[in-house]
Amino acid sequence: MGPNPKMRKEFPDSTRSSPFPDEVLERVLSLLKSHKDRSAVSLVCKDWYNAESWSRAHVFIGNCYSVSPEIVARRFPRVKSVTLKGKPRFSDFNLVPENWGADVHPWLAVFVAKYPFLEELRLKRMAVSDESLEFLALNFPNFKVLSLLSCDGFSTDGLAAIATHCKNLTQLDIQENGIDDKSGSWLSCFPENFTSLEVLNFANLNTDVNFDALERLVSRCKSLNVLKANKSISLEHLQRLLVCAPQLIELGTGSFMPELTARQYAELENSFIQLKNLNTLSGLWEASAPYLPVLYPACTNLTFLNLSYAFLQSLELESLLCHCPHLQRLWVLDTVGDKGLEAVGSNCPLLEELRVFPADPFDEEVIHGVTEAGFLAVSYGCRRLHYVLYFCRQMTNAAVATIVQNCPDFTHFRLCIMNPGQPDYLTNEPMDEAFGAVVRTCTKLQRLSVSGLLTDLTFEYIGQYAKNLETLSVAFAGSSDRGMQCMLEGCPKLRKLEIRDCPFGNAALLSGLEKYESMRSLWMSACNVTMSGCRLLAREMPRLNVEVMKDDGSDESQADKVYVYRSVVGPRRDAPPCVLNLSGL
Amino acid sequence: MQRSMAYERHLNLEATELRLGLPGSDEPEKTSTTPRVRSNKRASPEISEESRSKGSSSLSSKVENCEGDSAPPAKEQIVGWPPIRSYRKNCLQIRKNDRVYGAGMYVKVSVDGAPYLRKIDLKVYKSYPELLKALEDMFKLTIGEYSEKEGYNGSDFAPTYEDKDGDWMLVGDVPWKRLRIMKGSEARGFGC
Repeated sequence: MGPNPKMRKEFPDSTRSSPFPDEVLERVLSLLKSHKDRSAVSLVCKDWYNAESWSRAHVFIGNCYSVSPEIVARRFPRVKSVTLKGKPRFSDFNLVPENWGADVHPWLAVFVAKYPFLEELRLKRMAVSDESLEFLALNFPNFKVLSLLSCDGFSTDGLAAIATHCKNLTQLDIQENGIDDKSGSWLSCFPENFTSLEVLNFANLNTDVNFDALERLVSRCKSLNVLKANKSISLEHLQRLLVCAPQLIELGTGSFMPELTARQYAELENSFIQLKNLNTLSGLWEASAPYLPVLYPACTNLTFLNLSYAFLQSLELESLLCHCPHLQRLWVLDTVGDKGLEAVGSNCPLLEELRVFPADPFDEEVIHGVTEAGFLAVSYGCRRLHYVLYFCRQMTNAAVATIVQNCPDFTHFRLCIMNPGQPDYLTNEPMDEAFGAVVRTCTKLQRLSVSGLLTDLTFEYIGQYAKNLETLSVAFAGSSDRGMQCMLEGCPKLRKLEIRDCPFGNAALLSGLEKYESMRSLWMSACNVTMSGCRLLAREMPRLNVEVMKDDGSDESQADKVYVYRSVVGPRRDAPPCVLNLSGL
Repeated sequence: MQRSMAYERHLNLEATELRLGLPGSDEPEKTSTTPRVRSNKRASPEISEESRSKGSSSLSSKVENCEGDSAPPAKEQIVGWPPIRSYRKNCLQIRKNDRVYGAGMYVKVSVDGAPYLRKIDLKVYKSYPELLKALEDMFKLTIGEYSEKEGYNGSDFAPTYEDKDGDWMLVGDVPWKRLRIMKGSEARGFGC
């Protein structure tokens, strides 16, 4: 890595602005990994800005429309790894039309010229086509890492292109995408002399892959340490894969459908005994009680257990958790019930993260699931808990207050009481005091999702206490504009605010005029904001993009969905007809 | 919401018949497509069955859940709520088609010569011997030993069930696990 030619200056030492040569500065700065630290460093002075720019190998772009690929390439000439995020988060929940944008191709077109040696691409909520994947596979000879999370627009044909052409691929991670899952034949496209794979995650693809091809692939990739297979992989298959890859650190088991003979069961048990390095386990789609014990020997060093697709009951979970003393992260379905969560509290003292997903989110008459009792039980046993995502049908203010007393270190508190606007089920009061307790007690809180019946008081509390809050999600809550104003005026570190179905109008929207440039984005849907309010915002703040999407048949003056974000490149030119750009008008 | 109402009805069709009869006894008249209705037995009304059953009140409530005639009133589903990613939502829909969970796999059991039917939850039993023992205890009779060649030896009673083709089958021929999985995915058929 030679010195930056732009910076080669011939000044004698005493007139140099920095006390050591540029090469040294670059070298030192190249050790900085956090992009936040790097951004801070770049503001010190011009020399540091330049040195930082030349030494940045990984660039993170949180909103693909905040900047253009040309500007990125101009500032950071030596990038090897790019992370790009596109659509607003509510696109995960079908609130954003499919053709909204966030196409990765314009970025690839610039990268092929400016970063021909690009190695890593991680995309979240981007539109990715098969043509783009093929373009990527054919034009970047050093390409190593592809991660696609919550993207859409491509099919398994695109994956086939990657498998066929990326000779140096080390990671292929395909998660929860809107993929056209035509066939599993892509997996057979890895050439027979291809051996570099370290990470393979195809757990969320549904079509069958050729098992023999997979077995050969796993056998010859000696550095493979992450393998997450899909449902087409049976227990018998799994056993054969584990024999090839005892070095695995992360395993997604495939279906785990019980159907083995006694001898096969013993063989499977043995394969799990050989997995000495396993720290992450997932899959287990059809797992049931008699077969869970085969996992026990491999659980000793588990730190992350993802059971969020396994329909387990409380006893099954308890039996499994007894063998996982070092568990730090646990994802489960609410089929385990409060009793299962009691087992979590009893068996997992080192737990830091808990996510409880609903097995039956759309059925109102369902009488099972988890309640405040389960959450309480976990908080008594797991004092290190700092990340929670909890879907439930009932909650009380008192329970939440106790929970945060037990676990004051929450950084991420995402509570979803599934019935919108539901009060404390014991007192019938709003859930204001619950979230008041959260923000008052958890001073490190970075991310908060609120739910239940909430008045403006909740937002007064948030504004008053949540001084480290960066991400806030609000739905079916608040009484007046004041609620939103409190959030905007009170939370100095707020970066992402997403609001749906709340009684906040133009006054609320406009109270954040000064604020939005310091934020990544604001989303407001099904609120009381009008087109004229949005136009006013756009006029006053030219460096913000103000985009409006209207629902079919809604009133002309209503701004049904509003997306506001800062950008250095002005309004985007690829917006579909359903997206109205109010900026720059 | 129509989809979930259909699932509701799926649940209602889960309960089917398991009948203990003398070997070689006549086939009972075939029932209609809702297997839970058996007109030629002295079936007591649901309520008295529940009160006679050994189970706890939670069992009764589960039975009610299973046998409920009407689906709950449809409520309009809110777009994008609860906030669950599409991938997970799709998995859950598929799962709902395939499997009954929580409500148990209840079947009615009738014995030739006994005045009342009983109800059992198949999910509680892990194998045929367990199931047969439970039936023996419940009805105070012996069923005898199962062998592939000869069926049940050493007793006057043989457990039979009505499969999806409407044929009366001897309990025990099909592997336990396979049947249990089949039962979940073909809600109309019966597995033991």
